[in-house]
Amino acid sequence: MSTEIEQPTGVSRRRFLGYVLAASTLTVAADLGAGATPAAAAVPGVPEPADLYDLNDMLTDATLATANLITITMNADGTASFALPRAEVGQGITTSTAMLIAEELDLPLSKVRVSLADARPELVFNQLTGGSNTTISTWTPVRVAAATAKQRLLEAAATELGVPLSALSALQGVITAPDGRSLGYAELAVSAASLTNLQVSVTLKAASAFTVIGTPQNRIDALDAVTGRKQFAMDVQVAGAMPAMICRPPTINGTVVSVQNQAAVQAMPGITDVAVVSTGVAVRGRTFGQCIDAVRALQVTWGPGSEDAATDASVLAELRAAENPLVVPPLPLLTEAIDARFTFHFASNSALETNCAVADVQAGSATIWASVKSPITAQEEIAAKLGLPVSAVTVHVTQGGGSFGRKLFHDAALEAAEVSQAMGKPVRLMWHRTDDFRHGRVHPMSISRVRATYSLGQVLTLDQRHTSVATEFGHGLGEIITASAAKLPVGGLTFSETIFTLTQQTPYNFGVTTQLLTEVDNGFHTGSMRNIYSPNVRCAQELVVDQLAAAMNQDPYRFRRGFLKDPRAVAVLDKVAQAGNWGRTMAPGTAQGIAIHAEYHGFVAVLVEIDCTPATVNRQIPDAVTGPRVTKAVCAVDVGLAVNPTGLQAQMMGGIMDGIAVTLTSSLHLADGVFQEGSWDNYFYTRQWNTPPELDIYVMPPTTGTPGGAGELAVAGAMAAVACAYGRATGTMPTTFPINHDAPLAFTPLPTVPPVPQSPTDGLGRAY
Amino acid sequence: MPTHTFVLNGQQVTVDVEDDVRLLWVLRDILGVTGPKYGCGLGVCQACTSHVNGKAFNPCCTPVGDLQPTDQVTTIEGLPATVGQDLHPMQQAWLDMDVPQCGYCQPGQIMAAVAKVLQARAAGHQLGDADFDEIRNICRCGTYHRIREAISSAQTKF
Ligand code: FES
Ligand code: FES
Repeated sequence: MSTEIEQPTGVSRRRFLGYVLAASTLTVAADLGAGATPAAAAVPGVPEPADLYDLNDMLTDATLATANLITITMNADGTASFALPRAEVGQGITTSTAMLIAEELDLPLSKVRVSLADARPELVFNQLTGGSNTTISTWTPVRVAAATAKQRLLEAAATELGVPLSALSALQGVITAPDGRSLGYAELAVSAASLTNLQVSVTLKAASAFTVIGTPQNRIDALDAVTGRKQFAMDVQVAGAMPAMICRPPTINGTVVSVQNQAAVQAMPGITDVAVVSTGVAVRGRTFGQCIDAVRALQVTWGPGSEDAATDASVLAELRAAENPLVVPPLPLLTEAIDARFTFHFASNSALETNCAVADVQAGSATIWASVKSPITAQEEIAAKLGLPVSAVTVHVTQGGGSFGRKLFHDAALEAAEVSQAMGKPVRLMWHRTDDFRHGRVHPMSISRVRATYSLGQVLTLDQRHTSVATEFGHGLGEIITASAAKLPVGGLTFSETIFTLTQQTPYNFGVTTQLLTEVDNGFHTGSMRNIYSPNVRCAQELVVDQLAAAMNQDPYRFRRGFLKDPRAVAVLDKVAQAGNWGRTMAPGTAQGIAIHAEYHGFVAVLVEIDCTPATVNRQIPDAVTGPRVTKAVCAVDVGLAVNPTGLQAQMMGGIMDGIAVTLTSSLHLADGVFQEGSWDNYFYTRQWNTPPELDIYVMPPTTGTPGGAGELAVAGAMAAVACAYGRATGTMPTTFPINHDAPLAFTPLPTVPPVPQSPTDGLGRAY
Repeated sequence: MPTHTFVLNGQQVTVDVEDDVRLLWVLRDILGVTGPKYGCGLGVCQACTSHVNGKAFNPCCTPVGDLQPTDQVTTIEGLPATVGQDLHPMQQAWLDMDVPQCGYCQPGQIMAAVAKVLQARAAGHQLGDADFDEIRNICRCGTYHRIREAISSAQTKF
């Protein structure tokens, strides 16, 4: 809720309502839906739906519907605490949120404590971490709450010091009177508290007064991370919660028919329980090592899975058969066309922390500890699975060891609850790495056909038909789409088509543009992977843009520049072209590539240099894929307002590493109903030997004054730039991703029975 | 059940457990030392990297029965004490460069980095790009570049 008021200075500033809650120390609150701006700004050119209203607007608008409060508590030791209803999985949102609080409260950043809230069912749509939406949706409410606290502290100080409020100044957690007397927030935390709930009106700081927001800050959890004190789900100590693992089927979704040696396995050293559950055979024991032994010893007869005959080739054939044909209108004289089709293979969104959760299921209640981005949905589904009322299930959100799309789901939390109930004991359930690759969620295989027509220096049409194995979105996002359906600018679309339409946009004025999604439904466990469609869709487009530029005899940078719709896009493109010395002479076998991506109210441009010379491509590193090396990457990013430039740079850096991986090295190979990869020496995510030795990331000065999404933005830009550079270095546009997918497997697949490998024993011998 | 004695972060510990249980589980599941992380149990990801007698090793690949009572095992928790400070200079460099994202890989990265620097120093050189390329630790958040910067800045400080 807000009103425009005219300030004495003539500057229009918005006033917001905050709340002071009845509590023993100062506790303030704000409506989590406060102040989100309805999105409807028109853009030049023929707008596509995502230009007008994107996934983020949908997530933000969904939060407007629920009037629920987030609270900040001022503690008697002078610190402020806030439980963020989002999941921290490495993206730095606890730090950026603490910065918002520090700014409006005038408190040092080191005195702000941000923890992760338990599942809060009353927040309905407002506890989902996804679509790079956190800072966009919490930007105003968190600052309103902090401003309310500061106002209340000033009032309390005015009373105690006997001076008018207007004469006081607040700085670094201390309020000072004109005569030099001062009071710290610690001394005011109790006197500023209220006996009743109050509603107050506050004004937020003008951007020109920011001293914290927009300044580079290091992460508030870095010390815990580097000392090993940061607590992930498997580090939480819960009495009696012993390690548990699952013996999984040899193919995806295979089922247990019978277990031949349950009693013998139960008698193995350390093992306490063996139970058949819906995903396999669960074992519980004193150590995970003994659980691995038990999983390997189990003799299980397995029923068929859901995709037992499937291979990469069969899925590809299915996609080709389902592809929506391009309607080719009669072309005017002199019109020419570029027509290309690209294949993007299955990829794994496995984090370094495997799927895991602690569960303590008792007769009438259950408590879960897990890193989940949609904790309310997790709570509901766990309650349904256990046959308990939702109110009997508590979900504690732990710090996450990476997500990349995985933690929109709660596969391990659901499984841990089932296992704990079956055994009647608390468990600490963890997936083996091999299971995490083979049975964990994957980013679906897709093909993208792109056709562009051009004539007399103009691009007349761009049509894209993206055909993909179905992507699951997680129930939390599904509910939001259902509830928001009425206000979306796209009618009558299926669920995934809606997401596709809300996320995909073309940043260029390319005449009549159509982008359509077709999905092939099947029995894979899928999910997004640091973005849903954009890396693939935009990589395909940018490769075609390079083809168009070449066909029209133009430089790839200048060609893009001439067709970009938005000046913010031009600015980031110019930045990388200039900082990356675009167009410099490159040795044979090496080349530059440049690309742009716009999404989530943000713009990113990436320039890379790649080395495809034999000496580099054929580097020998044991158990590795070396291949072409990106030797330099330059990135410029404009998210409107970077709350924490250091954190934003970190997100760009990670996104670039992902972009390099999906272009050059990392994919899953499907054969006979199971993915062949089972370790990080099979699944070739970017390693140090693939990392660009030179990396420069530029954060653009604020453009819109409000933050846009950051977590996923760079992947598409980097993927496209690397693909374009590879095409220019080799003289052949790549059409299959990653480029090495069809080469002979660079590893020997692990067996599927037993489902997990034994740990080696040569640790001391390999010490260095 | 057999007992095993070794020195963990400067203190002698004794555990009752089967010989073949890998040290990672003895540390995490029995002793409650959770700095070393599980990322594969295969000697691949290096998330569990700790030190034995000053050298980097993978506890996930080391049967506890292989340890002698005099063996000094150091996990990330015990690293600062090896230089008699609250934070090892490598940890400080990690903070200065704001390396961690999710942080899950970082205890292993830091332990590997310290050993790598000591190894290079013993061979009489400093770490450069070619040496960084040899570090096998996975960081799925992609912090590799800041890791390089942090190691470069810390390698002369201890
Ligand atoms: S857990 Fe030890 S190397 Fe991966
Ligand atoms: S910081 Fe997340 S895996 Fe390295």
